[in-house]
Amino acid sequence: MTANRLRDGDVVFLTRSGVWSEKIDDAVLALEPQAAAALETRAADDVKSTLVTGPYLFDATRVEGKIRADHIRERIRTLGPTVRVDLGKQAEGTAGAFQAVEG
Amino acid sequence: MPLLKNNAFVNDDWSTLADDATLPEGGKLVLSLARLISDWDALARFTGLLGVRLANTDKVETLAPYISQMALVALPFPSFADGRSYSLGRQLRLDGYRGELRAEGNILPDQLQYLRQVGFDTFVVTERFPLQAWQAAATQMSLAYQRGLFRAANETEVWSSRHQGFAPWEEQPHAG
Amino acid sequence: MYRYDEFDAKFVSERTAQFRDQANRRLSGELTEDEFRPLRLMNGLYLQLHAYMLRVAIPYGTLSGKQMRQLGMIADKYDKGYGHFTTRQNIQYNWIKLEDTADILQDLAEVEMHAIQTSGNCIRNVTTDHWAGAAADEIADPRPVGELVRQWSSLHPEFSYLPRKFKFAITGAPHDRAAVKVHDIGLRLHKNASGEIGWEVMVGGGQGRTPMIAVTVRDFLPEKELIGYLEAIMRVYNLFGRRDNKYKARIKILVHEIGAEKFKAEVEAEYAKHPAQQTQVEVEELARIAKYFAPPKFEKLSRFVPRFEEAKRGSADFARWARNNLAAHQQDGYTIVNISLKPEGGIPGDATGEQMRLMADLAERYSFDELRVSHAQNIVLPHVKLDDVFAIWETLLKADLAAANYGLVGDIIACPGLDYCALATARSIPVAQAISRKFADVKVQESYGPLKINISGCINACGHHHVGHIGILGLDKKGEEFYQITLGGSSSENASIGTILGPGFAAHEVPDAIETILNTYVKLRDAGEEFLATYRRLGPKPFKEALYAAA
Repeated sequence: MTANRLRDGDVVFLTRSGVWSEKIDDAVLALEPQAAAALETRAADDVKSTLVTGPYLFDATRVEGKIRADHIRERIRTLGPTVRVDLGKQAEGTAGAFQAVEG
Repeated sequence: MPLLKNNAFVNDDWSTLADDATLPEGGKLVLSLARLISDWDALARFTGLLGVRLANTDKVETLAPYISQMALVALPFPSFADGRSYSLGRQLRLDGYRGELRAEGNILPDQLQYLRQVGFDTFVVTERFPLQAWQAAATQMSLAYQRGLFRAANETEVWSSRHQGFAPWEEQPHAG
Repeated sequence: MYRYDEFDAKFVSERTAQFRDQANRRLSGELTEDEFRPLRLMNGLYLQLHAYMLRVAIPYGTLSGKQMRQLGMIADKYDKGYGHFTTRQNIQYNWIKLEDTADILQDLAEVEMHAIQTSGNCIRNVTTDHWAGAAADEIADPRPVGELVRQWSSLHPEFSYLPRKFKFAITGAPHDRAAVKVHDIGLRLHKNASGEIGWEVMVGGGQGRTPMIAVTVRDFLPEKELIGYLEAIMRVYNLFGRRDNKYKARIKILVHEIGAEKFKAEVEAEYAKHPAQQTQVEVEELARIAKYFAPPKFEKLSRFVPRFEEAKRGSADFARWARNNLAAHQQDGYTIVNISLKPEGGIPGDATGEQMRLMADLAERYSFDELRVSHAQNIVLPHVKLDDVFAIWETLLKADLAAANYGLVGDIIACPGLDYCALATARSIPVAQAISRKFADVKVQESYGPLKINISGCINACGHHHVGHIGILGLDKKGEEFYQITLGGSSSENASIGTILGPGFAAHEVPDAIETILNTYVKLRDAGEEFLATYRRLGPKPFKEALYAAA
């Protein structure tokens, strides 16, 4: 589950403890529909409490302890623009572990 | 839902006559457009005030034969993103309607000035916002570039003001 | 250029205060996101892939040195040191915080700028010819009408909740550089037989999912009737435009579905019922605005400028840049300087705060303090003495702003794409960069002649790929980026929508595909024939064959 922090727009991911982290590797993976629904409920609550905005679920896989977003779009979201590697999470130490485009 | 009028919540002394209900002799009644048209002859005997509730897919021309007898026209705002009723309201005012023009539905305080400027004077609103929010929203912008709008006392028509000798296009008093 | 009077200044100031209040009510939870979204969009604030994005309006693409300098300050203070100039003559900042936005709007208001209605289902920025008021072929400067329409459309109470966004473009030249035929409303200034000025009114053009060319509803509308007539068009659209499907909600769909004749009849009926009233006010307001667009105090100069000619003889690089990046000015001894924001391998349309300040300085010193933003994401100094051009070029050279590729292969137009945009299906910037690197040699670019390559990262077509001579559309095929090529689009007065050539390409195949297309053109062109003309003469067949021939 990802969202943008309401006040500053930073991309965040929902963790097991229910707080939001800027790093995808801290995110909790929902392995079945009930867990996914629980993430949505939690996110909706945090939208109501003006913590985050624009939450949505995306597909991801755990690979050797790291989380890999299945789609290039979310991999870019965990890194920053591929054309400005000096900007975004990839420059701030909160990047995901997987390249946008692989192979 | 509260009725907002002149920056205060007021009692609504209009009632809606259901399509299948008997027509009483008097009172202040809002009818559906279909009922108004079908019962027009019978309505000649009605001693009270008549109003009509339009859909935002209705055309103002359909109301034209009856408009001079209307004391209230209610227009819907099914979602605050649906802006059709702004144009319907404006058309009614441009055509000379001077009765009460009521906005009903999902309206935000942030839309209040626009609604008043195209000619709405009463508003059925959600309870979510306190009166203070509506009052604050009512005076946020004091300038309008467009001409021929209904302006509150603190609102100025910019183009007319810039050029000497031009009164704002038709002073438009609010009803009620 | 236009300067705010006390009314305009108060207007943006009140609007900024209104937004500050709305943002605070959002942050406190009083407004839900659903309620706040249309309000923030109407102030240009989007939620994007990495952060909020703020789109600042640059009305009809015109700004002063002071304003450009402020845009640079905002880039440095609130963003990450750069901004992106867009295909609608605006600027976008990619890393904005909601909590800073009201302060940014206040900083903009201080220099007579704003972000009003750069998004949302309302009337957007009025765009125009980036050479307005300067080009040699212009009949009259369309920008006074642009300013009139801007004011009229700002916070219009009746037309702020339209079925969808609404875009105006205006032009005052017979050669249309404003793409008026692919806008919701296009206005073309021209003269009748008696020499009077009137406006052709065109409706229902657009790109996106369903690209269409606009239809003409009035050939010659007198200026004083413009506002009244536009209100009739907007009212018909507001009432009858589709609201059931976001992708079928533009006015072009309405015109197409009920037919041009019926649409025109609806507009005329509405206009007849509610004609323009007291049009003398509009006439006077237009005259007041027009004073701001009086030509600058040009010096009386000769067409032949020795220093300029000498400089060209002295430097092949300068001669090349002058050949490609200068355009003919109305006034003898002057020229239009086009600054390419497409350095080799660079990000199209991006400029750093530093570069913005440098361009501001150049404008103040050499261009009567005026700059323009073009639809091709470049910057223009509209009124420059040929005598000053070499000095300007030397300055541009130091700031990586001297790419001599204006209007050529390297002058690629690309939307931000999947690197930034939450709507995108594929990245567009890397494709632009790869093409740029492949054709880095400007001599090679010149051999291909004028060429418009437009890249969009999704079907919303913000890169305007439908009207590119070569258009590239980025799609998603099973999670992989994938690019469809179109040929033969044009946004000129002879507008056309590009034709899809065939199956799409992987990202790494696109530059070679472009090369194949260009080599085919070179092989088949008549002497002096430009790419678009060759394509129109021969059609897609030879290009398809070359591209898809078995290896």
